[in-house]
Amino acid sequence: MDTQGSAFSSLAPLEPLMDKCVHCGFCLSTCPSYLLNGQEMDSPRGRIYLMRGGVQDRVAMSGTVVEHFDTCLGCMACETACPSGVRYAPLIEETRAAIERHHQRPLADRLFRRALFLILPYPRRLRLLAWPLATVHVLKRSPRVLAALPARIRHLIALAPQRPAGGPTAGDVPERTAAIGERRRRVGLVTGCVQRVFYGHVNQASARVLAAEGCEVTAPRRQGCCGALALHAGRDEDARQFARDLIRTFDGERWDSIVINAAGCGSTMKGYGELLKDDPAWAERARAFSSKVRDISETLSELLPPRAPRRQLPLRVGYHDACHLAHAQGVRAQPRRLLESIPGVTLVPLADAEICCGSAGIFNLVEPEMAAELGRRKIARLAEATPDVVVTSNPGCMLQMTTHARTAGHTFRIVHLAELLAESLTS
Amino acid sequence: MDQRFLDELGAVVAPGGLLTDAADLFTYESDALVHLRATPGAVVLPVSADEVQAVVRLCHRAGVPFVARGHGTGLSGGALPVEDGVVIGLSRLNRILDVDIPNLRVTVEPGVTNLEITRRVSPFGCYYAPDPSSQIVCSIGGNIAENSGGAHCLKYGFTVHHVLGVEAVLPNGDNVHIGGAALDLPGLDLLSVIVGSEGTLAVVTKATLRILRRPEAVLTLLAGFESIDLAGEAVSAIIGRGIVPAAVEMMDRLTIQAAEAAVQPRFPDANAVLIVELDGPQAEVDEQFAVVESVCRAQGATSMEIARDQAHRERIWRGRKAAFAAMGRVSPNYYVQDGVVPRTKLPEVLRRIRDLEARSGLRIGNVFHAGDGNLHPLICYDASVPGQAEHAEKVASEILLYCIEAGGSLTGEHGVGADKKAYMPKMFSTDDLDAMHLVRCAFDPAGLCNPGKVFPTPRLCGEVPGPYRQHPLERAGVVERF
Repeated sequence: MDTQGSAFSSLAPLEPLMDKCVHCGFCLSTCPSYLLNGQEMDSPRGRIYLMRGGVQDRVAMSGTVVEHFDTCLGCMACETACPSGVRYAPLIEETRAAIERHHQRPLADRLFRRALFLILPYPRRLRLLAWPLATVHVLKRSPRVLAALPARIRHLIALAPQRPAGGPTAGDVPERTAAIGERRRRVGLVTGCVQRVFYGHVNQASARVLAAEGCEVTAPRRQGCCGALALHAGRDEDARQFARDLIRTFDGERWDSIVINAAGCGSTMKGYGELLKDDPAWAERARAFSSKVRDISETLSELLPPRAPRRQLPLRVGYHDACHLAHAQGVRAQPRRLLESIPGVTLVPLADAEICCGSAGIFNLVEPEMAAELGRRKIARLAEATPDVVVTSNPGCMLQMTTHARTAGHTFRIVHLAELLAESLTS
Repeated sequence: MDQRFLDELGAVVAPGGLLTDAADLFTYESDALVHLRATPGAVVLPVSADEVQAVVRLCHRAGVPFVARGHGTGLSGGALPVEDGVVIGLSRLNRILDVDIPNLRVTVEPGVTNLEITRRVSPFGCYYAPDPSSQIVCSIGGNIAENSGGAHCLKYGFTVHHVLGVEAVLPNGDNVHIGGAALDLPGLDLLSVIVGSEGTLAVVTKATLRILRRPEAVLTLLAGFESIDLAGEAVSAIIGRGIVPAAVEMMDRLTIQAAEAAVQPRFPDANAVLIVELDGPQAEVDEQFAVVESVCRAQGATSMEIARDQAHRERIWRGRKAAFAAMGRVSPNYYVQDGVVPRTKLPEVLRRIRDLEARSGLRIGNVFHAGDGNLHPLICYDASVPGQAEHAEKVASEILLYCIEAGGSLTGEHGVGADKKAYMPKMFSTDDLDAMHLVRCAFDPAGLCNPGKVFPTPRLCGEVPGPYRQHPLERAGVVERF
């Protein structure tokens, strides 16, 4: 822990960003933590007030203050709602980094977080964990055993996916997938951590759909984590290292785009330029990398109308905007255009679409109660629309929504955009 | 704040309902009017009307002042805390309790946002008419306190015309029902006393509101003009032809630019835009539109754009409703003023504002509810330049004087609050103010309910109007004169 300077001093250069906030309160209406807790300190406006107070030495970095930053899901719905154009993302990221440097969390909390960061960003370790996790579903049937476990472990079990990913390489995408027909793009595919382990079939569907639309897809075998989880938890040094490693993995080939199918990773990778701007050896490479990053829906919608024939899927589809796609990347129209390109699909509007489902990176692991309440609310809103399928673009959202849909007894499927598109391919 | 009192507060609210941590209290020191600040001694966040009542009772017994607060979006400092007093935050009282479509009414708790009501009833073809620009987040409790207006009040009236009844806790802790489900009740109209009282008479814990059926047709026209004067004349001409549009809004070049930077409503490149909305039966809207169109043309409209579908309409309104907060895009700080002038005096008052702008060296943007002469000048300043904030405040107050001199009012809809109480004597005589004060005393003899707001020189109840004489309680050292 760094004890130099005041705890919030690293935020001082960001004061102009804070000054953009005119305290109008428009952000409160879409902030999930404000909706749940109903208190000013758990809103973006309140947090910015605390940050400014911290920089001006009017607020100390106490446990209470840290809690108010911890309740932020980082969904960035506030950036969408803000009429003054406040950029909240750099503010909360730097605040979290300052907390990691200056604040000592309770021991159990520290160990739990450390464990998460030793496992989640490493697909191979995660896969080792996935097997026991998948078998713990037996535990779900023994409420007495469950009740005896700590809350966090209980929630971890609740979130464990039903189906393990298969054998150690079951969900892997081939290193190269040739374009079908004339090649229109050369793309590198980032396969993610959670996505690769729990949703390997999503990566496979992604490669299939991309290839069907004329993309030559390369998925480097040895790629690591993009650093999103670390960055969103204030471990900015770790995040920078993950970023450099990933950039290196994709170096040396001329891509038209680097495609990602996980919204949280995409927003982080698009921000590499910013993340590494003070690292002279990497700043330029990072900028170049970021400029090529596309969400899969962006790449595919550039290639519309679809080249590959599509078959009829007579479905009512609700599209759930992943926060890091809609709010952080401003990608809203493209996935909808793609879904509308499937014959038979009816897009149904979803109420409270701008509110986070509660997954939010590791939020549902470190703040399980709030996350669960948001999950329940989200599912209730989804169910009102009576969809056959709910489509989204982020593995975290899929895990979270699947868990809560099951608990509430709903039968609609929750799938990734790439899965539904792959289903609609005729061959 | 006395620990025993805090313990008592903590005992009557649900766990997590009492905030006393210094950092927590710090975030409650202002509402959306940030230059007025005061740190409360405690914030309570009740989850039921009973808890509100229990808190008010405790405050009454201990003689501690309290301030009700919704989501803190007020622009007159109406929810500014009393230093070391209690803030009753109503954000957790946010349930819609009843939706009665056949009778066109809803019953809600005060923390429900204005827009939530419309969202809830829109599947039934209904909406809640008052629409302040902050409707996405402002609370119904706050709307009732401020008698909030909005763009559509020209035709549909203010909050007071849409509240049927309330349940409220009086400053002595009594729970009362005022008004009822019927449109008009016999006896004194106490409801109209509560609505617009800026939180100085009671804390509303439940409200029954009217909702309206959506009109058959809505048509929104966006017209650009060479000057504010021409646009203003167009407004007078439209209303002079016997048309009451659902809304008539005007924005000047600076606010157009700000809105464009914030939410891209794609407004025309013009010195002024008018947004005219017509609603009603299709035939009526068509007929009125022909008139509005010819009036705008006659006033030399440089562009005209018609929104016939919801998405297009929403885009235009987004530009208007984000205008205040969007000023943050063109200026480091801004001061929103709220005044009213008779519509016919608009050009004259605007000329004075332009002269003032040139004289003061501060940019002044203008957004109006032009139909009812409600001006919202936005004075741009930079708080990091020493003295500029005070200068902006002076400029803002001078504009208020113009409004009063033109026979208007010092507030259209944002309320007097803490911000404008000093100007009340410019608009009202001492007798007028004394009469209001007597009403206040009837509800709140101890002066605990949102004190320091609305009235220029808070008096103690029982004090005889006239030269100052020391009150017995002051002599006894129980209270002090503000």
